[in-house]
Amino acid sequence: MAKVKRGKVVRYNKWGYIFLIPFVAVYVLFQLIPLFRTFYYSFFENYRSGLTQIGPNFIGFGNYAKMLSNPDLWMYTKNTLIMWVLGFVPQIIISLLLGAWFSDPSLRLKGQRFFKTVIYLPNLIMASAFAMLFFTLFSDGGPINEMLMQIGVLKEPYQFLTNVWSTRGLVALMNFLMWFGNTTILLMAGMMGIDTSLFEAAEVDGATSTQVFFKITLPLLKPILIYVMITSLIGGLQMFDVPQILTNGKGDPMRSSMTLIMYLNNHLYSKNYGMSGALSVMLFIITGILSLIVFKFSNGKQDK
Amino acid sequence: MKKKVLSALLTTAMLASMLVGCGSSNEAPAASTDAAPAASTEAKTEAPASTEAAEPAAAEEGKVFNIYCWNEEFKSRLTDHYPGYEEVDGTTGKIGDITVKWNITPSDDNAYQNNLDETLLKQADAAADDKIDLFLIEADYALKYVDTDYTMPVKDLGITDADLANQYQYTKDVVTDSNGNLKGVSWQGCPGVLIYNREAAKAVLGTDDPAEVQKSVSDWDTFTATAEKMKAGGYNMVSSVNDTYRVYSNNVSGKWVQDGKIVIDDNLMKWVDDSKKMVDAKETGTFDLWSDDWSKGFYPDGKVFCYFGPAWLINFSMAADTDGSIANQGGWGATEGPQGFFWGGTWICGATGTDNASLVKDIILKMTADEDIMKEIVVADDDFVNNKPAMEAMAADTSYQSKVLGGQNPLAMFCAGAEKIDLSNLSAYDQGCNEEFQHAMKNYFDGKASLDDALDLFYKGVEEKYPELTH
Amino acid sequence: MLSVETNETKKGLGIHARRALAYIVLVIMSFLCLFWFYILFVNATRSKGELTQGFTLLPSTHLIQNWKGVMAGTLPVVRGMINSLIVATCSAVLCTYFSTMTAYAIHVYDFKLKKFMFTFILAIMTIPTQVTALGFIQLVADMKLEDNFIPLIIPAIAAPATFFYMKQYMESALPLSLVEAARIDGSGEFRTFNSIVLPLMKPAIAVQAIFTFVANWNNYFTPALVLHDDKMKTLPILIAQLRSADFLKFDMGQVYVTIAFSIFPVIIVYLFLSKYIVQGVAMGSVKG
Repeated sequence: MAKVKRGKVVRYNKWGYIFLIPFVAVYVLFQLIPLFRTFYYSFFENYRSGLTQIGPNFIGFGNYAKMLSNPDLWMYTKNTLIMWVLGFVPQIIISLLLGAWFSDPSLRLKGQRFFKTVIYLPNLIMASAFAMLFFTLFSDGGPINEMLMQIGVLKEPYQFLTNVWSTRGLVALMNFLMWFGNTTILLMAGMMGIDTSLFEAAEVDGATSTQVFFKITLPLLKPILIYVMITSLIGGLQMFDVPQILTNGKGDPMRSSMTLIMYLNNHLYSKNYGMSGALSVMLFIITGILSLIVFKFSNGKQDK
Repeated sequence: MKKKVLSALLTTAMLASMLVGCGSSNEAPAASTDAAPAASTEAKTEAPASTEAAEPAAAEEGKVFNIYCWNEEFKSRLTDHYPGYEEVDGTTGKIGDITVKWNITPSDDNAYQNNLDETLLKQADAAADDKIDLFLIEADYALKYVDTDYTMPVKDLGITDADLANQYQYTKDVVTDSNGNLKGVSWQGCPGVLIYNREAAKAVLGTDDPAEVQKSVSDWDTFTATAEKMKAGGYNMVSSVNDTYRVYSNNVSGKWVQDGKIVIDDNLMKWVDDSKKMVDAKETGTFDLWSDDWSKGFYPDGKVFCYFGPAWLINFSMAADTDGSIANQGGWGATEGPQGFFWGGTWICGATGTDNASLVKDIILKMTADEDIMKEIVVADDDFVNNKPAMEAMAADTSYQSKVLGGQNPLAMFCAGAEKIDLSNLSAYDQGCNEEFQHAMKNYFDGKASLDDALDLFYKGVEEKYPELTH
Repeated sequence: MLSVETNETKKGLGIHARRALAYIVLVIMSFLCLFWFYILFVNATRSKGELTQGFTLLPSTHLIQNWKGVMAGTLPVVRGMINSLIVATCSAVLCTYFSTMTAYAIHVYDFKLKKFMFTFILAIMTIPTQVTALGFIQLVADMKLEDNFIPLIIPAIAAPATFFYMKQYMESALPLSLVEAARIDGSGEFRTFNSIVLPLMKPAIAVQAIFTFVANWNNYFTPALVLHDDKMKTLPILIAQLRSADFLKFDMGQVYVTIAFSIFPVIIVYLFLSKYIVQGVAMGSVKG
């Protein structure tokens, strides 16, 4: 019996390859080849001067040397991570809180559907439109300043977009608003999936809700938390639309809100393909390292 | 040949359908039968003529006319003043049976240039209807396009020197390539003036007479002194430090880029010093030009004493058509200001490979050399057009009054300014350098960076935009 | 005994306090989510002149006038919305269909490269698409696909993250015996996939379709590199252009209307679908 089944399976297995064709074909064409091409370009001097093409001239690691000779790249890496953390920390805290409340039957919260709908809403807003909206709202003479002056909080307009931390804060706030609803729903579902007998047992033992949360809920949520963390980190490293449009691609003040991808975009935009290539490779490496750290970190903890 | 046959067929088909239309209209009410035969006879008499005479031209000329530019200024000029131009919607129009397509990309951050470059580089391979026929360039980057083969020599379009004899010489010098070929034609002259808020002038200086106001802004020292008075009177001297930028940057002693190196002129450093002082004294803001905050001074509540700009700024940008704006009430005045300068200026270029050469020629001639249209533009739009004798005549004409400027005739001032314009310090990199310089210095003015850091930021920005440059 | 009692009273009090706290936090968060859009709405209804005179909480009456202004302008927002819809919808359809197919291949069949492929797809999940952007635009230029939606839509077929989700979902929702049964009934592999597996995967497909739609709807980076022609530009590119130069001659009313136009239709559609979307997101996590 087992033998027959096995034979059949073997006969069907070529379909495994067939069904993989579209993915592999498209991946190779639109991702893998471009990836190798990007690597290849990074070794050339290749840009446009006016309407004249300069290069490609092979210059070995010239582009890398030039890029690594100034500290900019690390500054943009730092900016990106700072803005990600600024948004991610409140996101995870608020999401855990709301998730716990939503999934706690003893609280009997009313209007759950309304609140869930509302907090998920910003996730669907076009990021560029959202950033453009924040730019107009928070400009020196914009509605927020006018409002704060009308109610007497401010005497003169606060220049949100010329101060380092208010600019970064706005970027983080937007990222937070766009993603905390999503995370809440994910965590809440995870919490609902936890075997209720565990909670009952804890109740019998006289545990407080805080204890239950930290001792039972959180450890059981770890897989989801890791998933959220990894996806958020990957998304965070690719941060572009929001700071790009909010600061008009400048990353003002003094490029303190310029992200890695914005920097890459600058080079792509001025058709400096050699430098873009080198920068892409660096991005690839940075993302790889950070992802590895997170994977290692999460796996190591799971072993315990 | 194929095209000829096709158009002949089309003409026949149209004629046939018209006749059929007439035939069927017998059943229609009397009123339309009256009109229909007339139309059909017209069509009959016209059709043979067009198959003989207009046919060769029709075969050469494309049906789609692509214009590349960065804002709506030229579009509104064409709409208002080019005979036979009909607007279809925001981005299309019609001249006769040719469809005019506007491809408008904002110039900010070199976006317009990049887009234009991409399309020009593909021009040779593009389908006839996708080819750029006409594009506009600005003084800041004119040189980049002048010395390439992508821009057609004007004489190849059939425009002679005599056609352009009345134009200001400087508008020709800029766009003449190294072989002496003229590559573009401009309809406007861009000498700049100081445009002041009459109400503020009366309140603080006690007069709004241009000659009197000039005494308070005749050089940078008096300008600074007046700024203090304005501050005391509740007005910002200028809306933003960037308002005075062009006045300094046009009076430099050398180009932005010399031998592949970026050079910051002393006069620009003077702009930085003067501006820093004004910002610290809260006599002005640091807004980007064209931002909403910058334009607040176009309204009385904005409390701004003056802007610097050429005629097109007054007309095109200062919200003259909006109720409640200063321009709408004729509340501006114009005077020479501390130094002469120019700003902008738009040149019309024919793109090599255009399939509408005769229309390009006609547009250039009508919009830049037809004296009647030029005068019409001055009267309707208060622009300063590129026709020396006409402008000088109008400058002397007391019946011409600018509404925005409260009835003042500023043309004499512009004429004098136009004579003095010297564009010898232009480089192909000006747009990027100017933008990055203003942007980097904003950080310094706002107190977010030391001067050295801001200068580093400037170099960094320019070198990212133009990888071939160093400092 | 005593300790249990104190615990219970503590808990009793705790519940009320916690409920109050929960409501306060929820109200604050809801306010933070909605406030911006309310200002946007108010300002979209105000005229250029009114907007210069400070902020009000009540809407004005110039919405239609502002909208007409935008329509008469040179920014083809309606066209942009249609373009965005085309790109996002096609991407969502292709992405979910082919990701399910890929997941199916890995889940159901047993072949030599299976393990390798699975690890490979997981590994590439972390590569940001922007890293390949340079090679990508060169490729697009070589294939003469600039100003074309193909390079924006077709790559959606290879979506590692969607694949991963589908694979997870299949593990709990698609018993292999079902596939076996279909084979015994004489169903071909391709037919089995289309007529049995796909319907079974509907909930997961719906969730991922929405995610993919939103991701592509939002996408600014790649379209901005590929699309240059105004007629082809998607909405995010047009929105970004709002910041440049004198586009709308400083009529902030029009700027607000344009932003509103790119935001409110989505909100309205979302309100109708919110129940399914929120449920769908929740469902995904249980499996993950």
